[in-house]
Order: sequence, then structure tokens, then C-alpha cells
Amino acid sequence: MKVIYTDVLVIGGGLAGLRIAIGARRRGHDAIVLSLVPPKRSHSAAAQGGMQASLGNVIKGQGDNEDVHFEDTVRGSDWGADQQVVRMFVNTAPKAVRELAAWGVPWSRVRQGDREVIINGQKVTITERAEAHGLVAQRDFGGTKKWRTCYVSDGTGHAMLFAVGDQAIASGVPVHERKEAVALIHDGSRCYGAVVRDLMTGELTAYVARATAIATGGAGRVYRVTTNAVICEGIGAALALETGAAALGNMEAVQFHPTGIFPAGILVTEGCRGDGGLLRDANGHRFMPDYEPEKKELASRDVVSRRMEEHIRKGHGAKSRFGEHLWLDITLLGRRHIEHNLREVKEICQYFLGVDPAEKWIAVRPAQHYTMGGVRTKHTGESPTLRGLFAAGEAACWDMHGFNRLGGNSVAETVVAGMIVGEFIADFIESPQGELDIPTALIREALAAERARLDGLLAGSGTERAEALKAEMQQIMTDKVGIFRTGADLEEAVQRLQGLLVRSRNIGLRTHSDGPNPELVTAYRTQKMLKVALCIAHGALTRTESRGAHFREDHPRRDDAQWLKRTLATWKGADDTLPSLAYEPLDVLSMELPPGWRGYGAKDYVDHPDTARRAEELTRLRERLQGADRHAVQAGIMPYDHLLPERFRGRNERIDERLP
Amino acid sequence: MSDTAPAPFATAAATASGPARKLRFHVLRHDPHDPASVPHTDVFEIDEAAGMTLFIALNEIREQLDASLAFDFVCRAGICGSCGMVINGRPGLACRTLTQDLPSEITLAPLPAFELIADLSVNTGKWMRGMSERLETWVHSLEQDVDLRRIEAPMDPDLADRIYELDRCIECGCCVAACGTARMREDFVGAVGLNKIARFALDPRDARTDEDFYELVGNDDGVFGCMTLLGCHDVCPKALPLQTQIAFLRRKMARTGAGG
Repeated sequence: MKVIYTDVLVIGGGLAGLRIAIGARRRGHDAIVLSLVPPKRSHSAAAQGGMQASLGNVIKGQGDNEDVHFEDTVRGSDWGADQQVVRMFVNTAPKAVRELAAWGVPWSRVRQGDREVIINGQKVTITERAEAHGLVAQRDFGGTKKWRTCYVSDGTGHAMLFAVGDQAIASGVPVHERKEAVALIHDGSRCYGAVVRDLMTGELTAYVARATAIATGGAGRVYRVTTNAVICEGIGAALALETGAAALGNMEAVQFHPTGIFPAGILVTEGCRGDGGLLRDANGHRFMPDYEPEKKELASRDVVSRRMEEHIRKGHGAKSRFGEHLWLDITLLGRRHIEHNLREVKEICQYFLGVDPAEKWIAVRPAQHYTMGGVRTKHTGESPTLRGLFAAGEAACWDMHGFNRLGGNSVAETVVAGMIVGEFIADFIESPQGELDIPTALIREALAAERARLDGLLAGSGTERAEALKAEMQQIMTDKVGIFRTGADLEEAVQRLQGLLVRSRNIGLRTHSDGPNPELVTAYRTQKMLKVALCIAHGALTRTESRGAHFREDHPRRDDAQWLKRTLATWKGADDTLPSLAYEPLDVLSMELPPGWRGYGAKDYVDHPDTARRAEELTRLRERLQGADRHAVQAGIMPYDHLLPERFRGRNERIDERLP
Repeated sequence: MSDTAPAPFATAAATASGPARKLRFHVLRHDPHDPASVPHTDVFEIDEAAGMTLFIALNEIREQLDASLAFDFVCRAGICGSCGMVINGRPGLACRTLTQDLPSEITLAPLPAFELIADLSVNTGKWMRGMSERLETWVHSLEQDVDLRRIEAPMDPDLADRIYELDRCIECGCCVAACGTARMREDFVGAVGLNKIARFALDPRDARTDEDFYELVGNDDGVFGCMTLLGCHDVCPKALPLQTQIAFLRRKMARTGAGG
């Protein structure tokens, strides 16, 4: 029996996972990162446009601060987010940018003086302040009141991932590449690590750890049309789900990005619209102002994606042999801007569409992009139901995005959650709870169970083809569990997915090698992906309202009275074909920002009975705190500072808000 | 500007073409973990489709013709560097290579110079980690603990852009596969390594001096091993200015080596 012991086992080598490992190392603990691929190839690298942090350096960001970022994020979430977690996040994001700056990220910087920008289709001259010269610059993104998105041209995630990846090497963090966790080791109440398969040799090893962190990213590949990398298959979420103890939160909350290039689904950044790009229909008409006069192209992603599909349904889509699409026009930004600030976009258009975006429009249509749901955790990143299991980043639901995430908040979350959860993991390890007292039989049994499962696939007489089951699942998800959802479609989806799950228990292989065997990998992952897909579809079927990215045509209103609650999915029995759903209510009476209109999108919703009471309470509180500074007012309404790890507390300095 | 503009339509996706070509893929196969495996070429024939990339073609081959075919893709958008392979004799990123730009006979081989995992899959990760550890490819800061609450240190905007220009490297390994020296000297750091040294030498946040960099690359496994064949420059998928950077670094290191 091969066993490796460590303090922290991090599953996933993207930004969140690497940052957790660095944090643990800096607190004097050992950490091992498992990664399916070399860590610098993780999907974090695909974040193009930037990360939100309220530095307020550019003139269009003046006046920005944590309060504004907080409100934008909560509105974006359609009030699904945990507001204390959002507060923790917005206060740490500026620190994360500054840490990354010190680590060498070549953030694009402010240049003092006049510059020409495109706002609402018009050329406008803005003047940057002398005192901002050389500080980290911000661009505009959807759903934000201020220019807040810090960026490195349009290769932000790449630059961040390489800086953090190199810091991990500098800190001596071992990354075990091409290793895949196939099951968590646990006894129903405590997680002890994972059974890990070597993708090059097929060997199984037990990694036994005092704390285990899932940082495996999203589940986009359960859909056919997605911007996600091929490794984003939701396996981390499935590992947690298969424990029967840990829960997945809000899996039905799935984001569709407005500008996937058509038909390949490859992302072009929201920065295209943030920098002034427009959406046009088959006739060249700029249609977003017709639907969203306030925010136009820069409403939140869920709203823009829905409006685009609505416009196509009305017959205004451009037709091609692959189906209908719309156009993204960035020609008005000019060649210099595109070749400077949108160069990845330019390369992608050139290689995949054969188009120069400085001259021609880009064929786009919404594509699955982000998994708001994930392993349900407390604000510390730890599962409330499986001690010693942590999760961070897109794989987690701690829950800062609610039912829709703002652009630029995801890559920001990876590093912020990595910082915060890394500290809490170190605290956990240093506490009595973090002691490891695992019976060796538990390890042996976990290894034996996985060995038997793999041998069953390798030597078994199954007749189903994993690849075919996976393709059918992806088609069902894209067709029936997409942007517009109905009870009938979702019911059909759940039924068909259940059928696929049953059939997936009878997969047969053509390749019987236990070494590098892509067919075997597809087989065991498909079994897991189907469970995740069922959590999404079943959660969507049951939630009879529309909130954020979850839109039910048969229940088009947001219903706070019935549905201001988080879905929790667990998988009780190995032979089950459906997750068990439970609900966790959100407490309106402790909210800093009670539910209301988002400032874009639908204006009618059903109020929660507590909303009016909380609003009155807040008015009284604010009156009482009149004259106090904004930090004192905030602390009087919804304190959160005590929730943060000590080293990340404290105010953030800005040009207009100097620290003593 | 008017809200309705004349449409400068892209035509690539819209034009119909004649009958689909038959593509014949000659793929170099080998599984070093299998004692019975002998390197050989398998030929796979598939129908070309509109907009087909090697990512699409190889997945189709695996789904329909040979489930055991090993290859690596991650982002399939040309940004992660996973899918470097030798395509009709030239290292490149498979995911963004369109079959329409290739003849109907297509030869695929794994990148040389890296450990073979199986078929078209090579262990670039191990090589790159080794290079990073050897060259210490991170900012060596004088300041140990930056106060994260304070406004960040300013940097000249042009300098930040110039650093990013070199920071765009995706460690795909194409430059190493195309390098004459790398074939002869196992420990040669390659254009990828030299570019990283150039990147950190440019970065004022890195406190290392030219003498420090000389210790790392002032030898035949470093900048003096380069024979200036510049295959690296020709094949770099990110069009990094490798020729200029290597020449610049060599001059600088020669000066440092000569004692200033």
C-alpha cells in the first residue's frame, strides 16, 4: 500500500490551489499540490480581461471603494450571495492585487494626462491624474459602477498564474503533475486526504493529509458549448459529492458568457465591451440599448446573455451554416488599442475565425462559462459537514457569487480565497482539530475500493461507450439546462440524465491498459460528471423562480418570499440516481443590502416578508450613525472584520483615502 | 456614430465549400511504459469539416478510430501551451492549427527533447519546472514583507508593457523542440529560459544584478550555448522577440563576464 503523508493536500494547481499551498508553506506547514496538468496550464490562465479590486487609481474609478464593490457584487448575485463573504472578498481584493504586484505581475499602469476612450459608442477624452501615474490601471467591466478591473493587457490570468506558479516554486511547494484524485478518504465526518491515480502509470497512491483542499475549478464541460478548458469537468465537486457528507451549493446557478466565439465557444473577454465594443445583430443594429437603456452592453452577464438569445429568437440573428449568432464589433476601438490591450482576442479571432477584429466583426453567441455553485463551505473555506475538507475558487460555494458572478470577480476570487482559506487551513492544522488520527484500515479500504472500481472498468464486460454517454449528457445540458429553462425541458433532462447515469454503471472499454489510457479516464470521469449534471438539472427543476443566471420561463419572477435560499445537494447512496436536495435560508434581517432591483434586468420580483423591516432598521441605524465615517457605518450595520484572518484585516489605502 | 452600421461580415464561417477532403493522419505512436510497445506510425483517415482544427480532428480519431491515442489539450484556445507537437515537421500548437491550412497528408509527432509519456504526449511540465528551479524564475525582492494595505509602488507604464511582452511566454516547449543546441546539450536552458532571464533582468522589482544572472546563464548551457540558428524565433506561437532578447542578453553577459 503506497501512502504519502502531508499537512495540506491541495487538489488542483490553478490560482486558488497554488495560493493556498503558498500560504500554508509560509505558516510552516508542508503542502502538496496535485494537478492534472502542469500547473501553469490550468484554466486560470484563460482569464483574460482582468480582476476586480477597488483601487480607484484611474479617473473613472475615482470614488471607488469596498462599499461600491460590495454593492455591485451583491446586485450582480441577485441577492444570492453571502454578504459577509462578499465583504471579506472586497476588502482583500486590493491586497491581492498589491501582493501580486510585488510578486512581479506586470499590471498595466496608468499614464497621466489625456487619453481617448470609447464610452457608449462615442469617443471621449479623459484625463488621468499625475498622482496616479504608474499605479495599477483599471478598465470598465459589466455590472460595475466604477472602472475597477485591474488588468495585464488581456492576458491577466496568464500573468497572474505564472507569477503565483513561480512563487510556489520559490516556496518549494511540490506539484505532483498528471495526478488525479479519484476519491476522498473519509469516515463520514472527517476527511483524511484522497486516493490518487497517476495518469502516466495508472498507479494508485493514498495521499493522507491533515487538511484537504479542493481547488479544481468549474464544471463547464458537462455542457457541449462552453468556454471552459477540457479539464474543467467538475471532478472536484463530484469527489465531495460522492462522500455523501459534503454538500454542493447552488449547482443550478450556471453562468453563460455573452461572447463565446461562434461556433467554437472560445471566450473573447468582457474587456471588449468594457473598452467600448458593441453588440450588433444581423442588420448591424446595436440592439442592447433597446433592452437595457441603463447599462446597455455592460449589464451583468446573465442579463446580456438572455437579451442576446431573446434577440435571436425574435429573428435578428445572423445566419451561418452552423446556426445563428450575433456580432461583437470592436472595430471602433481602433487597431492600436486592439493590438495593445486586446491582443489575445486578436490572436483568437485570427486563428479560429480567420478574421482581423480591427476590421471585421466577431461572430459570437453566449456559451457556458462559469459554475457559481460548488462545494458548500463556511467563510473559512471548510465544509460544515465534513471536517478537514476545504474548498476554494470556482470549485467552492462559500458563497460570494450567488446566482450570477460579475466579470473580473472570478480570477479575483481565486487569489483572494487562496489567501484567506490558506490562512484558515493553517489555523486548522495548528488547532487540536487538525491532528491526524486515521486508522490504517480506512486507507487500505479506500485504496481497495478504487482499485476494484478501476479493475471493474478495465476487465469488465460492460457494453456502454463512455464517450457516447458523455456526448449525450453534454447535448442534453446545452439544449435543456441552458439560458432559458422550463419545467418540461428540465424534467426531460433529469429523466434522460438519470438514464445515462444508470447506463454509465455498465461502461465497457476497448483499451485495457492501466497506463496512460484516455478511454479509462473518460469512463470514470463520465460517471462523476453525470452526478454533477444531475445536481444542476434537478436543482434547476426544483427552483421555481428566476434568479440571476437561473431563468425559468415558466417562473420568470425572482421570488424572495419562497426562494431566498441556497440549494444544498448531497448524494446519499452510491446507487441513487438523484441528489437529495435541502435548502438553507438567507437571513434578510442581517443583510447590509436587503433585496431590491439590481439596476438592470427585470424590475418585478416578489419581496421577502423581512425585506421592508430590514430596510427600516437600516434607515434607523444609518440615522444613528450619521456623521461617522463609512467604515464605522458599515461596521455598525454588518460587522465582518472579525471573520477575516488577522493578517488580511485593515483598510486599503487609495489616492483619495490615505492611511496615516 | 449611428446605432446601425453597415456589416463588415466575416466570411470564413459563412462560405460553403466543395466536397469534404479526406485527411490522412500519420501519427507516431509509442507507449514507453509498455515493454511490448515499439515506436511506429499509425495512419488514420477522417473527413475534413469546416473550421476543423487538429484539436477537433484528434478527438474525432480518438472517439471513432482508436480510443487509446494519447495527446494533450487543455484550453484548446492557444493560450495554455499544452498541445505543442511536430506538425508536418514543424513544432506548433495543435489546437489552433486549422486543417484547411495543411495538405491532406498530415504527419504528427511528439515534441523532441522532452520525456515521452505516450504517443503525442510529452512531459513539458517536468522540464519547465526544472528550468524554473535552476534559473530561479521569480522576482527576488529585497523587501520581504510588503504592506498590502499601502498603495502599490508605481512603475513606468511603458516598462510594464515591455515586461508583459516577455511575460507572454506560455512554456509550450516549441522553442526547445526547434533548437539545435537543445538536441546536443541536455541541460541547455533554451530560448524559454533565456527569455525568462531577460524578463527578470528588465524588472526593477527583481533585485538580482547582471553578475547574478551571469551565474545562471553565463555558460554553454546558457546564453553562450546558443548557435544563433533561431529556430526558436521562427516557431514561437506567441511571436516573442526571441532573436533580439537572446542577442541582447548575450552582449550583456559577455560584458559582465569580461568584468564590466
